[in-house]
Amino acid sequence: MVALVLISILVVVFWGSLESMGRYGLKFLITSNWNPVDDEYGAFTAIYGTLVTSLLALVIAVPLGVGTAIFITENIIPEKIRNVIGLMVELLAAIPSVVLGLWAIFILEPFIKPFLMFLYDDFGWIPFFSTEPLGPGIAPAILILVVMILPIITAISRDSLNQVPMKLRQAAYGVGTTRWGAILNVILPAAISGIVGGVMLALGRAMGETMAVTMIIGNSNVFSWSLLAPGNTISAMLANQFGEADVGQLSSLMYAAFVLMVLTLLVNVFAQWLVKRLSLKY
Amino acid sequence: MTTTSSPELPDPNLDTCISIQNTTISYGDFEAVKNVYCDIPRGQVTAFIGPSGCGKSTILRALNRMNDLIEGCSLKGRILFDGADLYAPEVDPVEVRRRIGMVFQQPNPFPKSIYENIAFGARINGYSGDMDELVERSLRQAAVWDECKDKLKESGNSLSGGQQQRLCIARTIAIQPEVILMDEPCSALDPISTLKIEETMHELKKSFTIVIVTHNMQQAVRVSDMTAFFNAEAVEGGSGKVGYLVEFNDTDNIFNAPSQQETEDYVSGRFG
Amino acid sequence: MIYSSVPKSPERIPDLSYKHWCTRNIGSRILSVLAGFFAFLCILPLIAVLVYILIKGFSSINLDLFTQLPPPPGGVGGGIGNAMLGSIIVTTIASLIAIPIGVGAGIYLAEFSTGRGFSQFIRFGTNVLAGVPSIIAGVFIYGVIVSTRILFGHTFSAIAGGAALSVLMLPTVVKTTDEGLKLVSNDLRRAALGVGASRFVTVSQITLPKAFTPIATGVVLSIARAAGETAPLIFTALFSPFWPNGIFDPIATLSVLIYNFSTQPYDVQNQLAWAASFVLVVFILVLNLLARWLGRFASK
Repeated sequence: MVALVLISILVVVFWGSLESMGRYGLKFLITSNWNPVDDEYGAFTAIYGTLVTSLLALVIAVPLGVGTAIFITENIIPEKIRNVIGLMVELLAAIPSVVLGLWAIFILEPFIKPFLMFLYDDFGWIPFFSTEPLGPGIAPAILILVVMILPIITAISRDSLNQVPMKLRQAAYGVGTTRWGAILNVILPAAISGIVGGVMLALGRAMGETMAVTMIIGNSNVFSWSLLAPGNTISAMLANQFGEADVGQLSSLMYAAFVLMVLTLLVNVFAQWLVKRLSLKY
Repeated sequence: MTTTSSPELPDPNLDTCISIQNTTISYGDFEAVKNVYCDIPRGQVTAFIGPSGCGKSTILRALNRMNDLIEGCSLKGRILFDGADLYAPEVDPVEVRRRIGMVFQQPNPFPKSIYENIAFGARINGYSGDMDELVERSLRQAAVWDECKDKLKESGNSLSGGQQQRLCIARTIAIQPEVILMDEPCSALDPISTLKIEETMHELKKSFTIVIVTHNMQQAVRVSDMTAFFNAEAVEGGSGKVGYLVEFNDTDNIFNAPSQQETEDYVSGRFG
Repeated sequence: MIYSSVPKSPERIPDLSYKHWCTRNIGSRILSVLAGFFAFLCILPLIAVLVYILIKGFSSINLDLFTQLPPPPGGVGGGIGNAMLGSIIVTTIASLIAIPIGVGAGIYLAEFSTGRGFSQFIRFGTNVLAGVPSIIAGVFIYGVIVSTRILFGHTFSAIAGGAALSVLMLPTVVKTTDEGLKLVSNDLRRAALGVGASRFVTVSQITLPKAFTPIATGVVLSIARAAGETAPLIFTALFSPFWPNGIFDPIATLSVLIYNFSTQPYDVQNQLAWAASFVLVVFILVLNLLARWLGRFASK
């Protein structure tokens, strides 16, 4: 049954995108002109948006998540508090995407606007900050993605760290390391394969994340290097346009969906390979 | 509760390295071992023997503050190392462990290369000399240089069990502690590896003070100069046992002319 | 450090004290503080989100909320009754599809499979399916059910929505069933077979009940996830401003309501979006805590 579902998903999306692929070929991937009215489609902005938001969110979330995981596995603070923090991070994972999107629109975005304005005013000469932040945009999208993938990274890192056997910790302390000497040099490297697996999983999740991103990213297909400008991701685009698309547009959307599927599949497979590669034997 | 024999060393020429004074160790409310008095001599091998559960490993771990890693573990009494109280409030356990090293029951090399296993410890202890030379010297002293010299860059886990344990010994030697504690180091190894490690201990005795916990009485006879015999008795009104020191003397005396009946019973195999 | 090979008594008592100023200790403390700060940053969003939902949503809680339909854009008053009912209906449909199939697949994997070939493929497929973005599930169901008008000629419908959600629930249910059954020790199975029970009876009356807790936990968690999903519903179940009209028509759900209303420029709609968030989050949190409480029985 499961196999059936899996195969049929692949088939449907692929088949649906054939028409569009036939029309545009690979050019689809690099043009950014997306105009349903004129029946012209190029998905570059969306693809760029998907990659940039996911990767930057990862860059922020990984130190936060791993740091938190270390904090709750070592006995720097009493056990009760550690358990509470762990519980709260897990509950964060349960909050639905839409609700986070709602929060992002009304709370997060006005909150960071002054900071973004500051970036624009003082650093506008850097291409990444070159547009005036008007509201929805890539930057708040990155932040909300961070909030969404943090629980995954923290939970998996915590599990990996807990699985490092006691005898390794004893060996580390036995030669006279400090707590962080042991963590950075012995415990973390031993747990790294699990942590990387979790990070890759988070990346896959970030790329596919739809609702919160759609609500806050601005849905603009105009390409811009600036992180402060509105942008688009593949999933956001699908969410916005699928309901009312006509045949031609539909096919292009299918094509975009196919690209997304391929991307997430690649990440998943790469993750499994990387985890195997990095597993240190002990 | 039998009386313990005198804690003073029989030979007044020997100098005390570690002095355990009325020490009781508890896990939470449960007392694991109580009222231990023992003066461990410098430059000799001291063995802790006794049946399982009598607290020998617990006392050993207390000597270099490894018990700190176990939550809820507390200690009453004093342990003096060269006159310094190991459990004074301002003492840094890291400093203690640099001077008192430990080899564990299960070989536990770091998941790094053989070279790094040894270099890591030396480096964090501030060694600034020739690392290659230190690695070679430590591996030679642990009698494992020949097996390792061609594969220094390979993982520590690629060695056999006995070799891994000797690597761990080499790692401990490399940080140049004054005392080496060994917690049943041969219990997971085959007899040949065990013999090799015992030979190593004879060599190491010239430069370090060694305290070894062992289940194997013959091993105690073979390697140690002094022996401490621990036993356990049931706790009144509760479950579990609490350990205590029965007798501490020259190995010869313990095994051939023990002064306590319990010791006599244990070494002659009447229980164990 | 003294590096000599001759043991000698130190002339003075060794200094074992904790040196506050030396680099490695300062570094250690800075890192600990940093880690603590990161942990704080981690839980900050949770607190912030919950607090705001509470503030903004709670004030709208009244009977109207549960019994009224949402007002037209620009109108006042109204509630989210249809959306609540709709969410329940759609989630139930999804569970009815996903639970039997998922548990069945899990049982197959754990009890009857040979551990290679086909079952390996299924496990791999399940893992991949778990990584599929929720919107792709929606796209898929759209392609299969909606555009082909396979359901008696209906397009967007509650059933389609339920089907999309079940695609998302499947991997979790399969996995937890598989793992839960694996935890049951083989001794128990052999004992049952030893008294002559057939494979089927063994599974249904011995192993399955034993594994009930982890399976139930997984099921509850996947229901919680399905209840909150939006993307797959956008073009399968769509939305409707009316009371549910049977399962073959578009239907309102809490999650889609929040999505629609939060992007509209009217205060009333925004307010309703917050209220709906409040209800949804409470529901999901309750499910999560339930799963956790169930999980406590598993460790017996």
